[in-house]
Amino acid sequence: MKKLVPFLAACLLLVLSSYIRPLAGYQVGDKAADFKLKNVDGKMVSLADNKTTKGYIVVFTCNTCPYAQAYESRIIALHQKYASQGYPVVAINPNDPGMATGESFAAMQTRAKTKNYPFPYLVDETQQVAQTYGATRTPHLYVLTRQGTGNEFKVSYIGAIDDNSEDAKQVKIKYVENAMTEILAGKPASTSSTKAVGCGIKWRKA
Amino acid sequence: MNPLKYLFLAAALLLMLPSQAQQVALIKLPDLQKRLNRKTDTTYVINFWATWCAPCIKELPYFEQINTTYAKQKVKVLLVSMDYASQLDKKVKPFVLKRGLKSEVVLLNETDPNTWMDKVDGKWSGALPFTLLINNSKQKRMAYEKEFTQPELTAALQKFLQ
Repeated sequence: MKKLVPFLAACLLLVLSSYIRPLAGYQVGDKAADFKLKNVDGKMVSLADNKTTKGYIVVFTCNTCPYAQAYESRIIALHQKYASQGYPVVAINPNDPGMATGESFAAMQTRAKTKNYPFPYLVDETQQVAQTYGATRTPHLYVLTRQGTGNEFKVSYIGAIDDNSEDAKQVKIKYVENAMTEILAGKPASTSSTKAVGCGIKWRKA
Repeated sequence: MNPLKYLFLAAALLLMLPSQAQQVALIKLPDLQKRLNRKTDTTYVINFWATWCAPCIKELPYFEQINTTYAKQKVKVLLVSMDYASQLDKKVKPFVLKRGLKSEVVLLNETDPNTWMDKVDGKWSGALPFTLLINNSKQKRMAYEKEFTQPELTAALQKFLQ
């Protein structure tokens, strides 16, 4: 009997933990937590580091996913367009390199260098940030808006970059850009949450 | 074996190859919805996958296995490829042929997931692989946005069929 209690507790925990992940994560309007993650240059980066931004475009992406690769230059273009308007891109790789070797820190450094990333490319080693945000796939994008002058951020947009991952030239609706136009005008995004196909995040096996 | 039989066999093989390679149908959302809403007591195991998705490819044999394990029960596997329609002949058909997939394979030919994903399932965030278990006559439906191990898939289906 004594042995049964911890066993049952473990079972319960296992059952609960398998339910917790999909439920967690941000909805538009939620307060977003800051993080401190290692950049490809070895330095630690957090949202609070830069006091002058109006917000951030946080994108969970990775090295090997064809969807992430298809969007890579469009993510760079987002940074080039919006960093000067106060919303720089911060890219985070949430994949466990143990599950996919192409996602190692060294491979991230190579990717960032080859593609000349103009933004930080951070490693979410414990996968805690991705879980807190509720990221499920790559790429998965969050627009955060700074509240007042402090270091509080609110989630203004979650989802897809645009409506055509295969071909940037065929895009009809630029979801993030449409949202950014409204956000920069101080209005809430009228389409604030969108869905997209992507590579499931490679979660560490428990 | 006499030469005629050889000829016959060769012809049969030649005929089989292209017919197998063309099994992957391009479908639009309404076609998929029709399949998801069939009012039968067959249990549908619908797996959304892609040739570029490593975890999807890893779990495909487990879905294939269902065809044999549950051959005597009303269980049907449908593999819905999320590859781009432009990759049908170049990647998807050769993949299906090479792996000798026995389950029905279709390719969902839609570009903007934001217009159709919620209509497939509200619980789907867009990550692959994604799997639905559906039995409309029993009004049962389960959604899994995860990569299955074989025991996990067996357990999920067993529980669903009970």
